[in-house]
Amino acid sequence: MTNKNTDSSGDVRLSGISKTYDNGFTAVQPLDLTVPQGSFFALLGASGCGKTTTLRMIAGLEEPTTGTVHLGDQEVTRLPPYKRPVNTVFQSYALFPHLDIFENVAFGLRRRGIKSVKKQVEDMLELVQLGEQARKKPHQLSGGQQQRVAVARALINTPKVLLLDEPLGALDLKLRRQMQLELKRIQTEVGITFVHVTHDQEEAMTMADTVAVMNAGRVEQLGSPTDLYENPNTTFVANFLGTSNLIEAEVDSRSGGEIVLKAGGGKLVLPEARYAGPTTTGGKVLVGVRPEKISLTHADEAGEIPEGRNRITGTIADSSFIGVSTQYVIDSPVCPEFEVYAQNIDRDDRLVPGAEVVLHWNPAHTFGLDADQDIDAGIQEEATV
Amino acid sequence: MATLTEAPPPLTPTAPEKKPPRRRGRFTPYWLLLPGILWLLVFFALPMIYQASTSVQTGSLEEGYKVTWHLATYWDALSEYWPQFLRSILYAGAATVLCLVLGYPLAYLIAFRAGRWRNLIMILVIAPFFTSFLIRTLAWKTILADSGPVVSALNTLHVLDVTNWLGWTAGDRVLATPLAVVCGLTYNFLPFMILPLYTSLERIDGRLHEAAGDLYAKPVTTFRKVTFPLSMPGVVSGTLLTFIPAAGDYVNADLLGSTDTRMVGNVIQTQFLRILDYPTAAALSFILMAAILFMVTLYIRRSGTEDLV
Repeated sequence: MTNKNTDSSGDVRLSGISKTYDNGFTAVQPLDLTVPQGSFFALLGASGCGKTTTLRMIAGLEEPTTGTVHLGDQEVTRLPPYKRPVNTVFQSYALFPHLDIFENVAFGLRRRGIKSVKKQVEDMLELVQLGEQARKKPHQLSGGQQQRVAVARALINTPKVLLLDEPLGALDLKLRRQMQLELKRIQTEVGITFVHVTHDQEEAMTMADTVAVMNAGRVEQLGSPTDLYENPNTTFVANFLGTSNLIEAEVDSRSGGEIVLKAGGGKLVLPEARYAGPTTTGGKVLVGVRPEKISLTHADEAGEIPEGRNRITGTIADSSFIGVSTQYVIDSPVCPEFEVYAQNIDRDDRLVPGAEVVLHWNPAHTFGLDADQDIDAGIQEEATV
Repeated sequence: MATLTEAPPPLTPTAPEKKPPRRRGRFTPYWLLLPGILWLLVFFALPMIYQASTSVQTGSLEEGYKVTWHLATYWDALSEYWPQFLRSILYAGAATVLCLVLGYPLAYLIAFRAGRWRNLIMILVIAPFFTSFLIRTLAWKTILADSGPVVSALNTLHVLDVTNWLGWTAGDRVLATPLAVVCGLTYNFLPFMILPLYTSLERIDGRLHEAAGDLYAKPVTTFRKVTFPLSMPGVVSGTLLTFIPAAGDYVNADLLGSTDTRMVGNVIQTQFLRILDYPTAAALSFILMAAILFMVTLYIRRSGTEDLV
């Protein structure tokens, strides 16, 4: 098997691809996307956002209404699935119940007329640690084992691209974490392009090099997990990936690469580089900050907070201790449910519900978003997952 | 599923066994079974025993019959009526194959392609049952009538020349030939083939078809390697539900056939109701039953679907 290489034969290029069903529902709006060879790419979004449809169009299981699909230099838009050098790990696996594990894994090789499959199948079962189970039927295996068979069955064909449709959705949390690492290991080992569809933002962030966040048939933002997390472009991304505290603010002045904003009674500083929108004085901006970037200080010691930090006052509404950190919900005049995750290093016993506190953070950790969007976009979806 | 990692049962009794609390209604399952057992006893076991004893009796209608363990009746029946036995199996076999060939595509269509028409087609499949078996069979007399459109069409297309040559028809007629009997059997038992086929096809997860396509199987290969093997339980139960009653049927041979197309069912009927030779009739019934049981067992073994049915 080849290691990661730099050629582009495993690139997936979607150009202007869209899907409208017969009933008029548009699952995917025209979209352009390039997945580079050898990358682990995740399509992330809530159910119904079009991520699975996009995947099925790459697999050939769904015909795009407009646009083209290229694999490397080859156009495959109209090719039936059995002619595409692409394999899929299906949601709930779709293993053939009448064939044993060995034959399930050998299926693709046999269809391509390869006679001596024994060695290859055994090696592949070894890779997914199922050598002992070769003669069992799928229903005799556990969920995690079936999942690995599904991966082996697809990978053995050394496709140019491996498509994974919520492959871990049916597993319990612990097994899911384990399989995430396993899949990541396999991907590094075989160097095949993986396109992974998931609704679990943590899964996407732990596994993928590049994540495309999809919403309502569109790609909201594309980038590395860190990039998406630290610099969300939309409120949807800010809320869907992790938690963001968003404050409605008004531009006050600009100086030296910094924008000074008015929020409630106070002032907040936002680095110019982290806001792409218009900055006319009086213009509205949504100021965001992640909960773990914030420090909490009791109001009595507000004077000890160093100068130059963004600060907000509020009252602790709720606190929950979860071991490594304590999660506080702060009721603040500028933002009714401000979330703060504080590491449990030196716990201040006065920080209990009802206490007056000052929230403060490094202005560099502040990001700005266009205020013309729904401030709550992406929240509901995550709550239902 | 038993796995090797299962802990063995403790070898030494650890604590004195507690008496389980007396569960009320321990016998309830048996009470509930009672009607079924009674039904089987009265309508299956007793008649069988009665038939078995009849088959080893000798005597005549005037003098009465006595159990004499005259097993030669079996041999005599078999040696005299083996052509009818053979014919029964041939006709039933032909009808079963025809049912499968006609029924499979229809069941496939209903299961995968019919969409919103599914229920309507299902009703159409079952609709003939609303009419009496006899009337439906008699209708085929009209359909296959000598001067009817079917026969003249077959004549014009020279199909009858072929079937004549094969010995399925004779002259310009279809009625009173083996073809007519097989047609009648096929028609009458077709729903028994379609329904189990449909049930097992409908159960197949559509994603398996997608998975096969994704793994380089052309549609034909997908059918051969995935759909058909997974529908085997339906094929087996469908063929059994068709073959078994068809092999014992006498109505189709009686109404649509001639003396040359008599099946073993016709012989049994005549022996019981006209000649009144009860021992021979009973012996014939048992031979037929044994033959069918033997063939069915062989068939299920061969098709290897014991764990699927």
